[in-house]
Amino acid sequence: MTAGVAGLSVVDLREVALGFGDDCLVLSHRLAEWTTHAPELEEEMALANLALDLLGQARSLLTLAGEADGRDEDQLAYWRDDRDFRNLLLVEQPNGDFAVTMTRQLLFSTFQELLYRWMVTGTEPRLAAIAAKGVMEARYHVEHARLWVQRLGGGTEESHRRMCRALDLLWPYTEELFEPTESWSRAADQGAVPPLSSIEEPWRHSIESLLVDSGLEIPGFPAWQSGGRLGRHSEHLGHLLAEMQHLHRSHPNASW
Amino acid sequence: MPAGEELARRLAAEVPDPELPFLTLGDLGILRRVEVNLEGAVRVVLTPTYSGCPAVHHMADEVRRTLMAAGFPAVQVDTELSPAWSTDRLGPHAREKLEAMGIAPPPPMGKAPVALTLKCPHCGSLRTGELSHFGATACKSLWRCQECGEPFEHFKALR
Ligand SMILES: [Zn+2]
Repeated sequence: MTAGVAGLSVVDLREVALGFGDDCLVLSHRLAEWTTHAPELEEEMALANLALDLLGQARSLLTLAGEADGRDEDQLAYWRDDRDFRNLLLVEQPNGDFAVTMTRQLLFSTFQELLYRWMVTGTEPRLAAIAAKGVMEARYHVEHARLWVQRLGGGTEESHRRMCRALDLLWPYTEELFEPTESWSRAADQGAVPPLSSIEEPWRHSIESLLVDSGLEIPGFPAWQSGGRLGRHSEHLGHLLAEMQHLHRSHPNASW
Repeated sequence: MPAGEELARRLAAEVPDPELPFLTLGDLGILRRVEVNLEGAVRVVLTPTYSGCPAVHHMADEVRRTLMAAGFPAVQVDTELSPAWSTDRLGPHAREKLEAMGIAPPPPMGKAPVALTLKCPHCGSLRTGELSHFGATACKSLWRCQECGEPFEHFKALR
């Protein structure tokens, strides 16, 4: 069962696009939860913009993932249960305070930008097209998160304390970013996506140098949480999906 | 080229952007191709500015409506991501139109992707600063002039 392009099987392409598409969808929903709760009007617009970019990327990726078995983006977004979601545990973590939200964004967007940047020249043309668009957007997301982490880390005693807490809270979930699924490894062998080990070092360097500049440091304990890519999620995802899917499931195929 | 292709292209290019109605799809560089087959059916290919640009559906409807009204029997509008749109695709008049509407245009091709300073579209001062990278729509950021005190929008560079 192989697709014509670059020897990447349909199943592997589907799994890769699904995992990455679910990351975008779930994080987009989390960011949208800030609407009307952001600390200032400019930030309100910024978070909505980030959410919209991620939603657009999710739509492209889920459309690609669904081609393998004839499901469209809506069926994938609204009619799967949490165990069928393939997103990283990191992106489903609750918003917490603003330090948590921005730390989560920094950890994920830095990872996403590195992936996209690599995939632009990958061997799978549809993934490359999505990456070429996404990388321009991710760059600004990273920049935005970096500015906030710097501002909070080097700000008041209270903001610094909250940044330390946010890092302690989210750091355990970073392990999973660099754990390839079997599909991912095969896609990497075909040159469609990078080997995750190759982006771990640049990711760590980018995060670490920012934290040092911001008077913060990478937590001293190892990261250990994983399972999201295999459908083993925290209870938080179930609550998120209940809200996201409720309307669509109550009124299937409704439009306005 | 089948009859009507030039007309279809011109009409599609003149459809206004729903968020910046003084700019057309042609000005924005998001109209990629217009093809008319022998039966007169039109296929239009658009490319989105941002992945999540909510205006794309509206633009597609507007293109369809315009071309049907001009007598084309069938109109199909598709979107295509690759090659990715960037602000370098803005047409020659787009910059002038943006400036005339008080929106600072993106720096021209080959310049730094993120403007370090922008000219205030109200008073021309260079003493300006970014308030927020994310404005009211995905394509704009929010700036303020320290000379005249007025806020202004910037059609930010994407490349
Ligand atoms: Zn001014």
